[in-house]
Amino acid sequence: MTTMTTAATTAMPAAGRHVTPLATLRQTMTLSWRSLVQVKHNPWELLDLSIQPIMFLLLFTYVFGGAISGSTGDYLQFALPGLLVQNALFYTLSTAIGLNTDITKGVFDRLRSLPIARTAPLSGRIIADTVKQVWAFALLVGFGMILGFRVETSVAGLLGALALLVVVALAMSWMSVLIGLKASSPEKVQMIAFSTMMPLTFTSSALVPSQTFPGWLEAWSDINPVTHLADAIRGLMIGGEVATPTMVSLLWAAGFAVVFAPLAIRAFRNRV
Amino acid sequence: MRYAIQAEGLAKRYGETRALDGVDLAVPQGRLLGVLGPNGAGKTTAVRILATLLRPDEGRAAVGGFDVTKDAHRVRSLIGLTGQYAAVDEMLTGVENLMMIGRLLGMSRADSRRRAEELLARFDLSEAGGRATKTYSGGMRRRLDLAASLVGRPQVLFLDEPTTGLDPRSRTELWSVVRGLMADGVTVLLTTQYLEEADQLADDIVVFDHGKVIASGTSDELKATTGAQILEVRPLEAAHLDLVAQVVTDVIGETPDLDGGRVTVSVHDPAAVPAVVRRLDDLGVVATELALRKSSLDEVFLALTGHRAEEPAGEKEEVFA
Repeated sequence: MTTMTTAATTAMPAAGRHVTPLATLRQTMTLSWRSLVQVKHNPWELLDLSIQPIMFLLLFTYVFGGAISGSTGDYLQFALPGLLVQNALFYTLSTAIGLNTDITKGVFDRLRSLPIARTAPLSGRIIADTVKQVWAFALLVGFGMILGFRVETSVAGLLGALALLVVVALAMSWMSVLIGLKASSPEKVQMIAFSTMMPLTFTSSALVPSQTFPGWLEAWSDINPVTHLADAIRGLMIGGEVATPTMVSLLWAAGFAVVFAPLAIRAFRNRV
Repeated sequence: MRYAIQAEGLAKRYGETRALDGVDLAVPQGRLLGVLGPNGAGKTTAVRILATLLRPDEGRAAVGGFDVTKDAHRVRSLIGLTGQYAAVDEMLTGVENLMMIGRLLGMSRADSRRRAEELLARFDLSEAGGRATKTYSGGMRRRLDLAASLVGRPQVLFLDEPTTGLDPRSRTELWSVVRGLMADGVTVLLTTQYLEEADQLADDIVVFDHGKVIASGTSDELKATTGAQILEVRPLEAAHLDLVAQVVTDVIGETPDLDGGRVTVSVHDPAAVPAVVRRLDDLGVVATELALRKSSLDEVFLALTGHRAEEPAGEKEEVFA
């Protein structure tokens, strides 16, 4: 066998060593287009994304609303911001499901064998999922308004709530990426999502006032980041305290990112 | 000689398992190397290292002259990869899958569409191009997968068990596509569990077992390495089969196989053949078929490894396909 150096002299023409920032951006957009165009062929995905929160909204409002708040109208005002939080948190795990599906189907390897930016498959997916988050937010608020929900603050408050949810969702997506890279199948991801998000959102003030909890649960609820996020969103949409719960939510989000970003990046590097 | 793919001493461990244990490979430009071996022999690990998806623990490799770890990006711009599973996005249509690759490779929207349509036509998928690929059959997905690896006109193509699980017709079709690519001067590294596939397509063959290359050469050279040829005798009258077997045993000193109305035995001394013919003549046995042939790759594999190349699970699917 000849040595490697002779082979190098016969090198075939190839692209540059690295991807330019502009190319990285274009590749990211192509890959987020790819995630969004799926909706066109699989409208069910959007329905999945929309039907569950709408069902929760209807069930909670008309089944529990009277018992919890005395009237369905009052409960709707209270619960819609909480449902927005619950839905946004659940939806962060769709990044994990999509990523994991790509890995198990081999699409991830195909993308990694292409001369594209290493980060594009991740950032493309996260951008697409953020677009879907905004859609779900708009849909839920719109549907809530048909049922009688009213934003009591201002358009700025509403947009602030959306912005806060998007920021928290982005921070959470580091955890989602880690789960997506590590889980053995998309079904596993779904199970993890359900068994973590469900108790987390139900033991917070998202859907019921936590004052009625037994002491130990109320103590936990006061720590639970979902409580702070729900309080902040509620404050931004229907009035109440905004500054403190928003700060605490952002701190939680930052904490999440600090813990999970390095783990996710390491898991990603090991894959790459 | 110019090597499109070159590897020296590649090693990869997973815990205690040595998936690759010092593998050397060299594929000259425009040739097809068949990597033959059973499941778990290390074929896929080798492909993943060469396609920049995995870093080797030891050794180094170059594709098109570029180091696969240090110059991975340049390597990626030269290669196409078709893995064991059809890596297509099931939610997208055939056209969209190919356009996505084209766009990622920096083609304009119009160019990527043109290239997608060209490839779909070449792989007989034009009609299905507008359908989501989850509606495709297994063979169609594989073809689309291969088309996806060709969007960027790669100079070096890695095909990792491209026909495992395909029905015989799809397999033959894929073979003709591979031959077409070779006519275009593409260098191909193809892994397979099918001895026939390596025999049909490969210029050179390396045989993997337990993460090592245990033999290499052309198909003919490998067949010669066992040092044996195969004598096959088919008597005109089936009743003579035992008589022929007796003669062969006497002359060659080995017990032959009696399969399908034929006596088969490996021969180390070609001079034994005329002796068999004379004895049969004396006994008045007429043979409709009397041939001395090289041993098949199947027999070579058995001689080299002491075990048969396992029949892949895909074989079963063919029966019901």
